[in-house]
Amino acid sequence: MEQSAKGPTTPQQMLREAIADPQDLRRYLHYLATIRAEGLSTSVIIAPLEAAINWARASSIWPLTFGLACCAIEMMATGADKFDLDRFGAGAFRPTPRQADLMLVAGTVTYKMAPRLKRLYDQMPEPKFVMAMGACTIGGGPYCKHGYHVVKGIDLLIPVDIYVPGCPPRPEALLDALLRLQDKISKNQPFAERFNKDTKNQKKPL
Amino acid sequence: MNSTLEQPESLRTEELLVNMGPQHPSTHGVLRLLIQTDGELVRQAWPHIGFLHRCFEKIAESVTYRQVVPYTDRLDYLASMNNALAYCLAVEKLAGFEVPERASYLRIIAAELNRIASHLVFFGCYGLDMGAFTPFLYGFRERELILSILEKLSGGRLLYHYPRIGGVARDIDPQIAAEIQNFIKEMRRVWPEYNRLLSENAIFIKRTANVGVITKEAAVAYGLTGPCLRGSGVAYDLRRAHPYSLYERFDFEIPIGQGLKGTLGDCWDRYWVRLLEMLESLKIIEQALAGLPEGQITAKVPPVIKLPEGEVYVGCENPRGELGFYIISDGKPQALRIKVRAPSFSNLSITNAIVRDVLVADVVAIIGSIDIVLGEIDR
Amino acid sequence: MTPAEIHSRLKEKFPSAVGEWQEPKAGDPCILLEPQELHEVCLFLKSEPGLEFDYLKLITGVDRGDKLSSVYHLYSYKHQHALVLRADVERAEPKLPSVADIWPAADWLERECFDMLGIVYQGHPDLRRILLPLDWEGYPLRKDYKQPQSYHGIKNE
Repeated sequence: MEQSAKGPTTPQQMLREAIADPQDLRRYLHYLATIRAEGLSTSVIIAPLEAAINWARASSIWPLTFGLACCAIEMMATGADKFDLDRFGAGAFRPTPRQADLMLVAGTVTYKMAPRLKRLYDQMPEPKFVMAMGACTIGGGPYCKHGYHVVKGIDLLIPVDIYVPGCPPRPEALLDALLRLQDKISKNQPFAERFNKDTKNQKKPL
Repeated sequence: MNSTLEQPESLRTEELLVNMGPQHPSTHGVLRLLIQTDGELVRQAWPHIGFLHRCFEKIAESVTYRQVVPYTDRLDYLASMNNALAYCLAVEKLAGFEVPERASYLRIIAAELNRIASHLVFFGCYGLDMGAFTPFLYGFRERELILSILEKLSGGRLLYHYPRIGGVARDIDPQIAAEIQNFIKEMRRVWPEYNRLLSENAIFIKRTANVGVITKEAAVAYGLTGPCLRGSGVAYDLRRAHPYSLYERFDFEIPIGQGLKGTLGDCWDRYWVRLLEMLESLKIIEQALAGLPEGQITAKVPPVIKLPEGEVYVGCENPRGELGFYIISDGKPQALRIKVRAPSFSNLSITNAIVRDVLVADVVAIIGSIDIVLGEIDR
Repeated sequence: MTPAEIHSRLKEKFPSAVGEWQEPKAGDPCILLEPQELHEVCLFLKSEPGLEFDYLKLITGVDRGDKLSSVYHLYSYKHQHALVLRADVERAEPKLPSVADIWPAADWLERECFDMLGIVYQGHPDLRRILLPLDWEGYPLRKDYKQPQSYHGIKNE
């Protein structure tokens, strides 16, 4: 079970540092706070459970049908028979954000569409992922210079996990991006996330 | 309602405003329909567009004529060869460039292949809208054959940048020609399967026949073109009426709607016209390949294209209708104004007139049969 | 009928509304009309036997610097001839009569010209923006248009 290090220090190293200089109360308190979350991850029961949860989440990503423009056609071609998306578990496209994991933004986002994009992102339940497909979603694409109505990249609106370049990207590129997203998910720490989440300052979604 | 029951006078029904889109599962793009319903019956449906407005016309005033060609690809992204062809013809007409015959033939082959690919997407997505998933997979299977041909020809799968001002970008070679012959054989073999899957399917006929009837007069008045116009019985095709790029040398039929399953001008007629057009395109490609002349693939075009002062309008028969480019030039390397006559823009404007007293599910059938692409509506 | 013949027929019916015939050096010819008489001329073009322009292809708004123009492309299915009309208006007060009651296709086409250039079509049933959001400021296809810095907090580059 591979445990990716969250930061440069593992709990063992932090403990060593704290013990080395027992006068530094701050370091010791920091260690205590981290060990509570990390310690769960290092335990024998939680780590395999986390791996199982990550495997389940990565193997059945349900995308939201969010095809806007030309990239949508390549997304449909990826879901069709030649480049079957369903064999990676991601074939169940959900029309409603309430049942979707992945927001595959395929196509140019304009200022008129931007509030709807934000609203749909807020309506998706956690854990949710965003894939920016195509040059338009990465930085405006061919419309970046003179397009007055084009949002220059969707990371101005929502946090993005994977960027897929291309205009439009080939279906193989989209599949590669999906596999990288699955790798990214497998490095998550679901339980640590629950403890470290700042729920007090979060805006309530619609 | 039972006619012996009397309607109490105090019974009032509320009309409901239902919002459909801009994100919705029928994959026609970002269209928002505001539907006013009385129960399940639709009273009015207002389309709201502009969610994909990508400022094509403003960009076309800021870049040179050659640089506009890739942007034209992205207008109707399902028929990208046809868009670029229309634009290049408009520029060549105003400038007086003579396109070599071989280039015209290659343009026709590419345009007709793209027409079949676009109609296959329509076929698959219309089946999907009606709840049938299998036609989608069948349509896209054939479409992959076309995309592999076009990829070898131009380098791209969806957006090609292949017709250039003065000719085309690359020449055809025997391997591509053999692949096209193969595809024609395969398509002719598979076409009856599509009829067994969808056209003759009782549920599909029940959902599309007598639904969304567009009369001849309404079609002409609202500026409809393409299969929407021909489905209502008007035998007008730009390739026959005002031939461009040597289309007059080819022998093909113009399928029109005849009201075979219901009323003339219903959704089934428009669907059937598109299915028949696929066969006619195969005929054209065969004839073009057989009679491909030798020669250059592009005319001699100066490095900086400056059109003389004047204006020109050229319309071409796209899979969705008449796509036209209206170019006004004042002698500079950039155009003064380039306006796109988008077929789906006018086709969609008839929506509110034909959705009176249909069910909400019929609205999906009607919008699907008009076959819109938001890229060219919003530009 | 060629555009020159149609022009001479129009000129004898509406002598004050139709401009002089100008043979263009390159491209298509265009008939210039007075803005106030646009509606009468269009009604004549649609209903007159021999002309019968029943298909309105395109309405384009153009910014020519000192004036704004509205260009109409017409076609007749019966006689298979085409025509281009143009009406110029002042930049400060761009008002034109609407032809939406003659050709229903003009409904959306005129809304788009209003959206992009600000030409107001009087008598239009529902003149509001069609492509841009309803609270967008400015008319983008005018030559002096400046791109906005941001829109509702989303910055533009």
